[in-house]
Amino acid sequence: MNYSQNELMIAAAARELHGARVAFVGVGLPNIVCNLAQRSHAPNLELVYEAGVFGAKPARLPLSIGDPTIVTGAASVMGMPDLFQYYLQRGLIDVGFLGAAQIDKFGNINTTVIGDYKKPKVRLPGSGGAAEIAVLCGKILVITRLGKRAFPERVDFITSPGHLDGGDARKNLNVRGRGPEAVITDLCILRFAEDTREMTVTSLHPNVTRDAVQANIGWAVRFADQVETTAPPNAEELRLIREELDPQRLYSR
Amino acid sequence: MHAAIRDLVRDGDTVALEGFTQLICFAAAHEIIRQRKRDLTLCRLTPDLAYDQMIAAGVCKKLVFSYAGNPGVGSLQAFRRAVEKNEPRALELEEYSHFGMVGRYIAGAARLPFYPVNSYVGSDLPRANPRIRQIQSPYGDEKIYVVPPLNPDVAILHAQRADKNGNTQIWGLTGVQKEAAFASQRVIVVVEELVDESVIRADPNRTLIPDLIVDAVVVEPFGAHPSYAQGYYDRDNAFYVEWDTIAREAATLDAWLDEWVYGVENRAAYAAKMRARLEKLKPGDAFAEPINYGEYKA
Repeated sequence: MNYSQNELMIAAAARELHGARVAFVGVGLPNIVCNLAQRSHAPNLELVYEAGVFGAKPARLPLSIGDPTIVTGAASVMGMPDLFQYYLQRGLIDVGFLGAAQIDKFGNINTTVIGDYKKPKVRLPGSGGAAEIAVLCGKILVITRLGKRAFPERVDFITSPGHLDGGDARKNLNVRGRGPEAVITDLCILRFAEDTREMTVTSLHPNVTRDAVQANIGWAVRFADQVETTAPPNAEELRLIREELDPQRLYSR
Repeated sequence: MHAAIRDLVRDGDTVALEGFTQLICFAAAHEIIRQRKRDLTLCRLTPDLAYDQMIAAGVCKKLVFSYAGNPGVGSLQAFRRAVEKNEPRALELEEYSHFGMVGRYIAGAARLPFYPVNSYVGSDLPRANPRIRQIQSPYGDEKIYVVPPLNPDVAILHAQRADKNGNTQIWGLTGVQKEAAFASQRVIVVVEELVDESVIRADPNRTLIPDLIVDAVVVEPFGAHPSYAQGYYDRDNAFYVEWDTIAREAATLDAWLDEWVYGVENRAAYAAKMRARLEKLKPGDAFAEPINYGEYKA
């Protein structure tokens, strides 16, 4: 079956939500991923949107994470103070799903600036809720397309902390959540080594070579001892993406 | 609207025109642009298109925010030009995360000296913004970040309905509308519909903002377009996508402002000019079950 690299990435990312009960949905790609998971293998997945929604059942893919479709039919809609204090800070959310303009070797995410903060080359939107999602969710999953500028050895600015300098750095700072667990890209899946917390390629998408991955990463990336091949999207996942979630092909072309 | 903005928004003011994705009062933003207000410090969690337009029009001196993007689309181009190239003028930034901004409004609304948030650990944001500070808990070994209160001069809040006194009801995403109102010195409420006081009193759980703190009620149907009002009209997603193209160049953005802001007298004229498009945004119905508050007599 024919599929695009983006469709494969979205389907693979949705599968990472196996076993999750409550997911905090980030803007952009995470949104289609979490909605695909809810419509395929995880019908009971509770979607939490920072706009103030717990238990969303979107009838269409919300373009924005504050779309009215996340309200109609939701389990609870509340002000943002309640959402951030009682759901996120209280510790009720297992998984935060985030995008990243830049992510480094230890999973630190930058969505603030490329270049110097005071004189940026590119000014990005900023944190939104990501800085606290990265700290307060049980774990973090990241979806972003691979590319040399997107995967520098160190990010220009840590908006949302990952494993910081690696090793026990996160634990030593008493950061509550366990931090990034996997990064799903259009070429491969990367996870973080148990000891060093360095991002490591654990699965290559079909027909993707190690060289192609390395060419899109800004440091000498490590490969796991056993590198798997990512399962392609199945017919039902493709149908959901193409017909229900992204008929305009904004994310999955 | 003209009188409310003229009388309650002054040059140099700190203004919070809030709304999280829904109920963003573009009508007020456009009136601020038309009246050529200057040197405003604009606050909002998610300065989106309305703020991009005000920045492009030269209204804004400083931005206090946590996410300056075009939600679901990408970057805000006028905001980027201001920050990266100082065009049309330099823009001072005071940047937080959403929780930090939420905490600032809570502290502002409750007149507290600061608000603690379990966030910012390991982030570079406290270095970029020294107003995000870490303190020692007075009750244990824990250290925690705190943010200062935010008390705007004026809050402008869109809502579905209010009575003439200003008792205001909102449903759907309520964002920080309530906190921003209580935090501010002056409050302008802009509504889709003016209703009788009895309508408000029949459902008091839905009243977020009491007349006690409201200085002006403005009735402005479609005042939040291209954002939305739950139950009234949908988000005009196509416009958010189009804005990315319109705003790429200062010239096309200025031409848009000429046609849709300077070139119309008020929101009613905008809505009339936009009528065909607005009619397509009406959602189907999804009513809640009525609830029984009970009648309790002596």
